[in-house]
Formats: sequence, C-alpha cells, structure tokens
Amino acid sequence: MRDVAILGAGITQFGELWESSLRDLGIQAGFEAMRDARIRSDEIDALLVGNMAAGRLIDQTHIGALIADHAGLAGKGVPAVTIECADASGAAAFHHAYLSVASGLHDIVVVGGAEKMTDLPDEDVTDIMATSLDQQWEAFFGATLFADYAMVARRHMHEHGTTREQMAAVAVKNHAHGALNPKAQFQRPIKLESVLGAPAVAQPLGVLDCAPISDGAAAVVLCSADRARKISDSYIKVAASAQAGDSLALHSRGSLCGFEASRVAMEKALKLAGRSRKEIDLAEVHDVTTISEILAVEDLGFVKKGEGGRAAESGMTALGGELPVNTSGGLKARGHPLGATGIAQVIELVEQLKGNAGRRQVKDARLGLAHNVGGCGATAFVHILEAV
Amino acid sequence: MAGKAGVRFWRETSSRYNLAGNRCGKCGRFYMPPRPVCLSCHRESLGKMEDARLKGTGEVLSFTVVHESARNFELQSPYIMAIIRMDEGPALTAQIVDCSPQDVKIGSRVSAVFRKIGEEGKSGVIYYGYKFVLD
Repeated sequence: MRDVAILGAGITQFGELWESSLRDLGIQAGFEAMRDARIRSDEIDALLVGNMAAGRLIDQTHIGALIADHAGLAGKGVPAVTIECADASGAAAFHHAYLSVASGLHDIVVVGGAEKMTDLPDEDVTDIMATSLDQQWEAFFGATLFADYAMVARRHMHEHGTTREQMAAVAVKNHAHGALNPKAQFQRPIKLESVLGAPAVAQPLGVLDCAPISDGAAAVVLCSADRARKISDSYIKVAASAQAGDSLALHSRGSLCGFEASRVAMEKALKLAGRSRKEIDLAEVHDVTTISEILAVEDLGFVKKGEGGRAAESGMTALGGELPVNTSGGLKARGHPLGATGIAQVIELVEQLKGNAGRRQVKDARLGLAHNVGGCGATAFVHILEAV
Repeated sequence: MAGKAGVRFWRETSSRYNLAGNRCGKCGRFYMPPRPVCLSCHRESLGKMEDARLKGTGEVLSFTVVHESARNFELQSPYIMAIIRMDEGPALTAQIVDCSPQDVKIGSRVSAVFRKIGEEGKSGVIYYGYKFVLD
C-alpha cells in the first residue's frame, strides 16, 4: 500500500437549495475540487459518489453514472460507482477511493458525496432516514432515527447522569462554530434556552438537538503522495482510513450508551496511522443529534465514558479548547445532506490543516480526525488526515 | 403499496403475532426475531437453532415519546417507543400503549399485547404485531 494525498477539495453551500438539483450540486463540488487540484478530466481514473437515498428522495438511482455523465466523463471509460452506508456513505466512498489509490490500481480518483433532501415533505424524509435502521424490527413498529437516538440519550442520562443542559451545550457550541463557516446551513449562534425550549422531536431531543434536512455536495481529489510531492512540498496525507460495524438494530447491541463500531474504527485508525489520541489537534464527529457528539467523544476515547456531556459544557471541545470538535458547525449547523457529510468532514480537516479555515482556524493544526456514523451506529468510519 | 398480497407482512407474522423466536441448541442463547446462526457459537450452531417462543414479559431499557413520526404513525403521534429487554434475554423495539408517558420509567415491567400496528392507505393491508403495556 502506498501513501495517499488529498490534492484538491470542493464543496457547495449546504442548506435548502431549491434552485439546485442533485446533479447541479454534484457537478459544482466536483469541478471545484478538480480546479483546486489542477487536474483535467482526462486524468481521472475513477469517480466514486457517496449517496444514501436518492432512489427515494428524488427517484433517481445510478448516481455515479449521472454525475459522471454531466461532468463530461461519459464515453471516456471512467468507472463511476455509487457507494451506500446510510449517512456514512460519504465516508464509505472516501474509504474505497483511498483503497483504490493506495493499492496502486488508480492514480487519480475524484470522490464525492451528494444528497438532495428538500424536494420531499419533512415527513417523507423522516421515513427515508429511518430506512438506515432495521426496517422490519425497528421502523415497522414506529421507530425513527431520532427516536433511536432519543432512547440512547435517555439511557445515557440514566447511567451516566448526562443532563439536558450538557446536550444543549453541544448544539450551542456547534452553532457558534457554524456562524464562522460561510458554507454552513445555519450561520447564527443560538442560546441554551432556545435548545431547551424547542419543540420536541423525540423526547428528550428537541428540534435544535437534531441535524437539519439539507441539500449539498462535496468532493475531493485523491492521488498518490508521490504525485502530490511533485507538485508541492506541503500536502495533506491520508494517515489512516478505517471502518467497523455492529448490529443493525440498536436493541441488539450490548450497550445503548455507546457505539462499539466507533470505538473499534478508532483503534484501527490509530494503529494504521501509528499515532496516539493525544496527537489529534481537532475532530469532525457525527453529531446527527447532540447526544451523538457526546457518544462520539467518549467512544473515540477523547474522554472517559460518561464524561462527554461535561466535555461540551466545559468548553473543552469548543474552538480554543483542548480538542476543538466540529469546527465546521458539524452536522447540526453545517447541515447534514446524508451522503455528502462524510466528504464535508474531510474538507473541513483539509481547510484546517492547510491553515485556510479563516475565523474558525485551529492554531497549528497538524493532525485531524473525521468520524462518520451510519444510521444509529451500525457503521462507523474514522479517517486521520495529516499535514505534511 | 402492499405488493403481492402483502407477503412482506405475512412472512413475519409468526414472530410478530406470537413472539416466535429461536434458541441456540448449543449454548441456549435466545433470539427474537429468529436468527439463522447463533452470534456466540457461529457456524457450530448451524442446523442446531430451535424454535422458541418468548413469554412476552420484560423490562424497559429506555424509551422516548415520538412527536415527529414516520408517515404511517402520524395519527398516533405523540406515542411512546421503547427498547424492552425480554426476560429470556433478547431486546425488542416496540410501542408502549394504554398509559401516559409519565408512568413509564427505565426498569418498568411490561407485557406484550397483540395490536394493530398500521395500515397502508384506505384499501391497503392492515398489519398487526406486538406492543407493550405496563404491568
């Protein structure tokens, strides 16, 4: 396996983008990434697209071929594939793009993620997001994605004393970060009382505890580190990319208070990178709900189990804290266009590691971590990126 | 829509109507819904999984009140969803009914009842399964 570098990145605005279709968004992100990487379309060996649910959201499958066609790659023999791991589809696409370059099979791969969610009413989107659970034994009986996370939250409060205020602190922090990100869906700070007083989605989670419904796309260009070195002395290396899985249904797991898949993916990633947790300068984690970020900082081992709530409340995970988490605003404020999220996380790390993050820059960031979860924890990816 | 005479509901009726699961003939671990292979014994359990029914009693591991529901549950919203640890070992996701949310606690004892779960439109299939009530 050879070292892999990120040569360029492109991301659309995230939000309710009524004027843009999925193909518009995918192509916009892809071309921006290609421009940033300074590559021509005839140099592309493969295209991978992370997408969770276009088959139901816009009645379109075959997203790889769609994007490749409209990007002008049709007829050039370029393989184009859609990859699906629920809302970890973006990370899954990145992982497989990484493998294809690391193996030596491909030299230049464009990997993107895209989702168009706002063409349907919210209730339909709730149904579609619940397809990442066990449809026959969870969703059939009335469970939704946020209902599962709500049950995780209540159990976490019961076992570890996590409070509503600690959960709300995650939303407040990520909105404060999102306010500094011009691509974020929500660029406004919110108050703790607003989170606590927001209408219920699934108790104890309210509207401001949950990631929004979003449109958006993101793409990066991967190449071998050798090639990146020829272009520039400084580049972003993929130090590790790892995945782990668990039971599809939340109720089949040993614990409701953590995701074993996140823990295992983290151990694998650290081993592959030859790094320790303490060396990580910032992390983009899967805060699809506020409790999700609390689980993530615990499961990734940044704090002990049960102390994730305090990490948000104390400012440890805020910009300027010991370990800034979700400087982009996270899924909560940047937005969560399902398949795009895993790539958007990678792009935030690229911006930070290059020192291009503007008002939300983490000082001297050298090593960043991205953590993307599918559904309610059946899939987890961890990537570690390094500024070389 | 229901597809061919609603077979996708019919296929699971035994488990959903009767809490029919199975048990590993090697280690005795219970599964609901039934699994083709024991998660502890793996291939050593192949061909040794035995049908077994749950008694229908258990304890609440966690619960929520769902306000933003899926389409088929809009008329029931808000409703209580729970994860229930059955006395035989497996856990299930199901609704708790016939009570107010304030009465439900982590650790509450519950029993399964047979109820209508939903229907597919005015002329579609009505489907049934388990819900739980407080003891």
